[in-house]
Amino acid sequence: MNDAVAKKLQAAFPEAIAEVIDFRGERTFVIDAGNLLPICQFLRDDPELRYNFVSDICADDMLPAYPRFALNYHLRSIPHNHVIRLRVPVADPEQGPPTLASLWPVATWLEMEVWDLMGIRFAGNNSLRRLFLPGDWVGHPLRKDYPLGYEEVQFSFNWEAIDARKPYAKD
Amino acid sequence: MGIEQKLGSMGVVTYRLEDLVNWGRTNAMWPMLFGLACCAIEMMSTQASHYDASRFGMELMRPSPRQSDLMIVAGRVSRKMGPVLRRLYDQMPDPKWVIAMGDCASCGGIFNNYAIVQGVDEIVPVDVYVAGCPPRPEALIDGIMTLQEKIRGEKLTTWAEK
Amino acid sequence: MTIPITAEDDTVQELTVEELRAKYGSGMTIESEENMLLSMGPQHPSTHGVLRLLVELDGETVVNLANDIGFLHTGVEKNMEAKTYTKALVMTDRLDYLAPMSNNMGYVLAVEKLLGVEAPPRAQVIRIILLEMARIGSHLVWLGTHALDLAAMSVFLYCFREREYILDVFEMVAGQRMMVSYFRPGGLWRDVPEDFVPAIRQFLDFFPAKIADYEALLKNNPIWLQRTKDIGAISGEDAISWGLTGASLRGSGVDWDIRKSHPYMGYETYDFEVPLETDGDVYARYHCRMREMWQSLRIIEQALARLKPGPINIDDRKIVPPPRAELGRSMEAVIHHFKLWTEGFSAPTGYVYQSIESPRGEFGCYLRGNGTPKPARVHFRTPSYVNLASLPVLAKGTFIADLVAIIGSIDIVLGEIDR
Repeated sequence: MNDAVAKKLQAAFPEAIAEVIDFRGERTFVIDAGNLLPICQFLRDDPELRYNFVSDICADDMLPAYPRFALNYHLRSIPHNHVIRLRVPVADPEQGPPTLASLWPVATWLEMEVWDLMGIRFAGNNSLRRLFLPGDWVGHPLRKDYPLGYEEVQFSFNWEAIDARKPYAKD
Repeated sequence: MGIEQKLGSMGVVTYRLEDLVNWGRTNAMWPMLFGLACCAIEMMSTQASHYDASRFGMELMRPSPRQSDLMIVAGRVSRKMGPVLRRLYDQMPDPKWVIAMGDCASCGGIFNNYAIVQGVDEIVPVDVYVAGCPPRPEALIDGIMTLQEKIRGEKLTTWAEK
Repeated sequence: MTIPITAEDDTVQELTVEELRAKYGSGMTIESEENMLLSMGPQHPSTHGVLRLLVELDGETVVNLANDIGFLHTGVEKNMEAKTYTKALVMTDRLDYLAPMSNNMGYVLAVEKLLGVEAPPRAQVIRIILLEMARIGSHLVWLGTHALDLAAMSVFLYCFREREYILDVFEMVAGQRMMVSYFRPGGLWRDVPEDFVPAIRQFLDFFPAKIADYEALLKNNPIWLQRTKDIGAISGEDAISWGLTGASLRGSGVDWDIRKSHPYMGYETYDFEVPLETDGDVYARYHCRMREMWQSLRIIEQALARLKPGPINIDDRKIVPPPRAELGRSMEAVIHHFKLWTEGFSAPTGYVYQSIESPRGEFGCYLRGNGTPKPARVHFRTPSYVNLASLPVLAKGTFIADLVAIIGSIDIVLGEIDR
């Protein structure tokens, strides 16, 4: 099935597939953001492929590589029991790939998570908002240049120093 | 105590007001049904058939803060939840107590990062800390009984501060 | 670094429609200014945690609904990047805290896939037994709280009584009731004790009668039927496009179970059925999960028969620490032990995605290694998060009282939604 998908995709979009990666039995098609929507449309509607289920959209920060961000689309074909990964490099997070909401309504929801935690904007998705973090939060925590936010732990040797500056609540 | 011995059985019991009120507060405590994370499941176990917290006058969980006098912070408190938690605490009528259940609520636990408040005592004053991740139901019951002991020792003079 | 907590005053009623759209996105359309806006949660007994819903009501009918989550955002994915592969395991327990075994499994399988190793047969069988026990335990909490929401209080007490037995088994093998961290990359933490097999046998003996008890309480109960039949129905096609998985998808008649379609841990060699229902309503999802418990018992029974003595860890000292007994005799074992617990093992550069069938649906773990002992990126595809996306569709047009039935039926856990 894997090879059949690759052949079909290459036949339909000869220019679009930049690279095919095989790792641990998983096949990844690296594609360009501009081709994402037509390829997904093709994968979903072709009667021999029928990738009708978007399982996950996952963003990855490849710092210090360029392009810095990459998006993984894990698509499943429930009728043919097959899984595929499309990997879309994203250089500018403000100019992300188009939304897949027209193909799968759940994509809106998955893209909201990517926007909130990784800060990649999806063209055409205007529901992007702070979802996990408070509305006035600055920054996107899953980026590599965002600090983890470690606080010094209170042990017996530094008990008093931390106790003095810890903001205890009052009634 | 003294007067009954002098007058015989007249159907009257005398008691110190302080002890009587503390006794009443101790054994009819209404905890708030306030589950946040993993510890909330252990809190449910504490309430359920096997551990049965109603043995300690604790079975009546109220979902509304306005009807409860004990807040069991069961789970990790995120930066987004912090203001909500404080608002719930402010809505509880006096006197009120707080149990920080579990490591996350007590000190942040294993989550020392941007999202979690490092100890709920930064938001509300805590009376009893219960350690464990999550604490066993026995540990929570022990925490509750520690709180009851603490309440029994409260003084009339400090009620106004509460 | 301390981030100050800002007071967030967002009384929904005081916001204009435009402000609401900015806050909740264009997914939240307000149909009429005369409708009532209700903020449900995050402190609500029936939202199964700290979920907040913004509901637009016309009388008692739900017109629109927007999810607001993040009240339990823990930063698990970010925090795991700062730990070694083994130490990051404890974080996965706290995602879906009703079935920590399943989370461990998803993460450990992803690590094993990245390393290119496979656990020995005995470890696989023990894993399957515990995974199915976890599935039953999770379904028991779901059933108890779901019934409690719909005013059937006694089911809750029965369910938690049996769940205690499952937790005792977990404590027996892992030393912890809930946060077990028992599955490790390459095998298990340690072998099961002697009492394990008799305990499971006893469970298999008494539990079928208990499921029958729960069904007797609910299955033909007229109140239960009225509250669940034809409520929150979704067609199979819609369920697929909304990304539903688990019993929520199978309740709509789609035959999809990762254990069957992409088997892991040798699930393909076990004989079990995937329960299917066709109605797609709350009752169908309820019935699916009840039937799943029977199938889990079948799997446990078969797995017990296959439990043969043997190693529980792979024989690779670069991944699995040496047994305690070796430390006294072998200098090499001491070095391995020291290296593994201070530095950890390194995984190759590359990325994998491994999914398993958790009690709630497809639990996926995306893992990228970069040649160091710490994962470069961990991402969880959690079933509750994706299932929650369809709540506005399911709830549209129902009464507000049915909303709690629908939330209960898609079986969400806020810990894995917010992560």
